Parts: sequence; C-alpha cells; structure tokens
Amino acid sequence: MRREIPLIITGLVGIVFVVQYFIPHWPFNRMNAWFSDWFSIVQACAIWLGALNLLKISLEKIARRKSDWGYAVVIIASFLLITIIGFVEGESFRDPGTRFTWLYDFVYTPLSSTMFAILAFFVASASYRAFRARNFEATLLLLAAFFVMMGRVPVGDALTAFMPEGWRLTDLATWIMNFPQTAGQRAIMIGIALGIVSTSLRIILGIERSHLGGD
Amino acid sequence: MQYIRPTDGGRRSRLAFGFLSILIVFAALSAPVVAQDVVADTPADTTAVSHVPAPATSVVVDDYKYDFGDRLNLSWVPSIDDQIGERMVLGYIVYRSINGGEFKPLESLLPGASSFEDKDLHADSSYVYYVAAFSETDTVPSIHTQAHQPEREFIHFDLLWLFVIAALISFSVIYFIWMARAGKDLFVRKIAGLDAVDDAIGRATEMGRPILFIPGIQDMDDVQTIAGLTILGRVAKQIADYDTRIRMPVSRSLVMTAARETIKAAYQIAGRPDAYSDDMVNYVTDEQFGYVAAVDGIMVRERPATIFLLGAFFAESLILAETGNSVGAIQIAGTARPAQLPFFIAACDFTLIGEELFAASAYLSGEPKQLGSLKGQDVGKGIAMAVILIGVISVTLGKAFDIEIFNWIADALSTVFSKAGGS
Repeated sequence: MRREIPLIITGLVGIVFVVQYFIPHWPFNRMNAWFSDWFSIVQACAIWLGALNLLKISLEKIARRKSDWGYAVVIIASFLLITIIGFVEGESFRDPGTRFTWLYDFVYTPLSSTMFAILAFFVASASYRAFRARNFEATLLLLAAFFVMMGRVPVGDALTAFMPEGWRLTDLATWIMNFPQTAGQRAIMIGIALGIVSTSLRIILGIERSHLGGD
Repeated sequence: MQYIRPTDGGRRSRLAFGFLSILIVFAALSAPVVAQDVVADTPADTTAVSHVPAPATSVVVDDYKYDFGDRLNLSWVPSIDDQIGERMVLGYIVYRSINGGEFKPLESLLPGASSFEDKDLHADSSYVYYVAAFSETDTVPSIHTQAHQPEREFIHFDLLWLFVIAALISFSVIYFIWMARAGKDLFVRKIAGLDAVDDAIGRATEMGRPILFIPGIQDMDDVQTIAGLTILGRVAKQIADYDTRIRMPVSRSLVMTAARETIKAAYQIAGRPDAYSDDMVNYVTDEQFGYVAAVDGIMVRERPATIFLLGAFFAESLILAETGNSVGAIQIAGTARPAQLPFFIAACDFTLIGEELFAASAYLSGEPKQLGSLKGQDVGKGIAMAVILIGVISVTLGKAFDIEIFNWIADALSTVFSKAGGS
C-alpha cells in the first residue's frame, strides 16, 4: 500500500487537472486555485524541513570536525543572523531602512551579483571550446555565431555599410535569428511538449514508478 | 543748472517724437480690438470656458465566454479628451448596479483604459454599468449599459482542437504501450547520453569519488524536476549496485523529501537498504546564486567523478557545468529549457536535448510498456511534421499563385492551431 496510495493519488490528481482545463464549471474552475494554495501551504511547511536539515548537517560537521567545517560555521552564523534580525524587525522587516533590508541590499545582493558575474568568464571559456572548428557542425556553429555577434554590434554594420540595405551584417544576423534559429527552437519545443504529454501519461497511468523506487 | 536752448535739430526731434507718440496712442487704442477678434476666433478660448471632458462612448457589456457565469467584460471607447488635445481625462471610474439597485463605484482605472473584467459575479443576478471619465474638476458619466446576466458554460469549446490533438497523441501513446505489452518489438533509437550512464557510474566507482546529482532549481510542480527524479530512481539503483557514493544538494525542501524517498526505495530494491543515508540528499537554499555557490564549492572540494545535471536550469546552468568541467568530471546534462541547452552542449560531455530528458527514464528501464510510450510520442512528432509540411506548401502555393484551395487549407490550419494554442 505504501506505493499504491501515492500512485492512486497521482493518477486521480492528474486526471482532475486535465479535466479542469476543459471544464469551466464549478468545482473544476476552482481546482487550479485550490491545488495551488495547497501546494503553497505544503511548500511553506516543508521549508522548515529544509532549514532544519541544513542546520543539522552543518552542526554535525562542526561537532565531528569534518573537513571544511569552517564553512559550516559561516552557514550557521549567517542563518542565525538573518533569522534573528528578521524576527526582531517584525512585520515591517522588508521596509527600506531596516537592518534586514540593509543586510539584503549590501551583503546578499552583491554576493549574488558576484556569482552571476562569473558567468561572463564561463561564457568565454565555454565559447572557446564550442567554437573550435573541429568538424562540419562545429564550423557551422562558429560561422553562425560569428555573423550573429558581428551583426549585433555597430562595427558589423559599419563594415558592411557599402552594401545595399537587406544585405548587411545586421540583416544576416536578424535572418539567422528569425529563421534557422527559430525553426530549430520550435522543433525542440514540439519535442518537449510531446515528451511532457508522454511522461505525464506514464505517471498518471502508473507505468512510470521510478520516482517511487521502480517496480 | 545750465539751460540749453533748443536748436533747429531739437525742433525736428520734437516733431518726430510727437509723430511717434500719435502712432503709439493709435496703436494702443486699436490693439485691444484686434486682440479681441483673434481671441474670439481661437478654439483655446472655448476650452478655457469649459473644463468638462467628453464622456466615454459605446460602453458595451459582454458575457465572458466559457466560465462559470461569474465574469463579465466591459468595454468602451475612451473619451475624445483622453485621445487628443491636452488629454484632460485623468482616468475612469466604473460604476455597477446589481439587480436594479444603487450604482456604486467599482474600480478606478488609468487614462487610456478601454476595458474592464468584472469577476466574482453571480449567474442569477443582472448587472448594469456605466463608466465615468474624470478630469481635475469634473466627472462625466457615460450612458448606462443594458442589464446583463452572466451565463454559465459547461465545456470550454475554444479548446476543442487542443482537446482533439491531445486526445490523438494520448491515444497513440496508450496504443503503443498496449502493443508493447502484447509483445510487439519496438525500435527505439539510441540516445548517446543515456548509454553513457553506466560508464559514468562505473568511472566514479573505479575512481572512488562521489557522483553528484543536481535536479535543477525548480520545485516538484515542474515536470522537468519530476523527469529528473524519475532518472534519479534508475541511476540510484545502479549506484546502490555498484556501491558508489551519491551526493545530491537541492534547492527546494520538497525536492529533498521526494529525492530521499526515491533513493531510499532504489536502495531497497537493489537489496542494500543499509547503505542508504538521509545525508545523501541535503537542502542548501532556495536562492538561485546561493545554491550555485554551494554546489560549486562541493564540486571543487569533493571533485566528483560524475555529475548529472537533470532538471530545470536557468542562468546557473553554465556556471555549474563549467565548474564541473574544470574538476574533470564526466557530465551528463539534460533540460527542457531551450535557452540553456547551448550552454550544456558546450560544457558537458553528453546532453539530453528537450524530449530526451523525458524519454530518459523509459529508455533506461528498457521495459516494453515504457518504450511503447516513446513510440506514441513519435506518432505526435509525425503528425507535427505532416502538418508543418502541409502548412508550408499551402501558404507558399496559396500566396504565389493565389489558389483558393491552398489558401483555405492554410487558413484552416491556422484556425485549428491558434485555437489549440489557446489564443
């Protein structure tokens, strides 16, 4: 029964969700909102599981002096600091000028932006590997990337300013983005949509059970 | 004080001064008359007299199609003073009367508004509306609408074609599952990324390093996360068989609990429940880049031999994949977000592109009934290809040679798929 009950619930909820999309009548017209509310409530409760798990693992790491336990100290200190300040500030903890907002604006946001900024360097290193003309496909990728990048910057237009309108690098870049790129992306999207239908059916019908540990 | 006697030149100056004075007086006397005439002819003076804006016109109330009789749509043509000139209209107030009762203000809207959707109504009540345009000084009501009662509908007929297409694909999936159960051999093309799963787990075992499984940063309500967990079920079974370590940092609490159950069940099926530990899956943070920082740290410190990146990824995809690449891990990635696929292709050894992520679990299971669902999916692709081909030919021939039948086919396909798309 431990496996059957989740399968029955999944199947029933899946069917209800399909039906409610086509039937605007009560109670189907309210089901989407109900399930969203329930999910939000479960999610809100589950955050405690996550937070406690994070604390437990970090405390264990410190207690047993596991490798890199210093990071666990930082985690616990940050966790307690932001939680305590949040509770002390009360309901208006998100208002401008509060200590919570200060921590968010001047500690969290710069750290987050720093992580995001690393992306620029990773794009460069990944592009270097991807755009090496090792075979026909990679050469095609390299050429398409070259034309699109050149077409997106003013120098590309300046270099081809002598050509008639419609034949400049900007136009080539726009053509690549509008036709081959869009066509390829739509083909992937159609495949994804069909994949979602197929996976959903397997889960609703109880054929797919690997998330419950298989057969 | 010295007196200077006037000379002849001084006399001429006095004459000129007198002439100028007469001209100025004449001009001064005639100027107001001219100014009055000009002012009287300019429309600006008319507006100066009245600041009352023109009302909104053509106020119409319509039933919201395909609902439970709880919505009405109100539309109008904005006041002419909201469209041209000084735009003196500062906004609109929608008034409503229920069952012939008193009109009450319902909503205040910004200038330029021309529609309003009234929700949470009752199908057994009738509603009358009017819209008042207001300026700084005045409020001008429109004429009242007819009394309208919302209607209830039982089926969303605008989605009929979507239903037909979804039903066709669903039946083909179910049909092939049934065929596979009946023992029919089905050909499924090789997916390189999935064939490499065995080798990737074996590599980690030989190197004595952990396997890192990252299910994306979305919650359990995202089908990509579910697809990631279905693959985790298969992978975890093999990991248990090989007695390798798995490490799974997650960014959502619900994913943590679901992943723990998945791995636990896989270890039980593999006959090694004792090897399972809750610490295999740990929650990090919901914050996108906080999670990325933590996972990157794990990669750099623990140097996993194999990394699975299977689920929904956003800007963090390349940061994770490049860090994994830098520590020399074999990486198998998969996502259904087209914008992130190029990053995975560039940085990972194997990438499951879109549908392959959803096919992975069925493919890895090797069970006929699961593989049957993949064949059903192929029928959907066949239909899509046929429709695209017919559409392209019809539009091309219809436009080039103005042949009516092709134009009709193109229009019909456009209608069917725009309706199926819910637009």
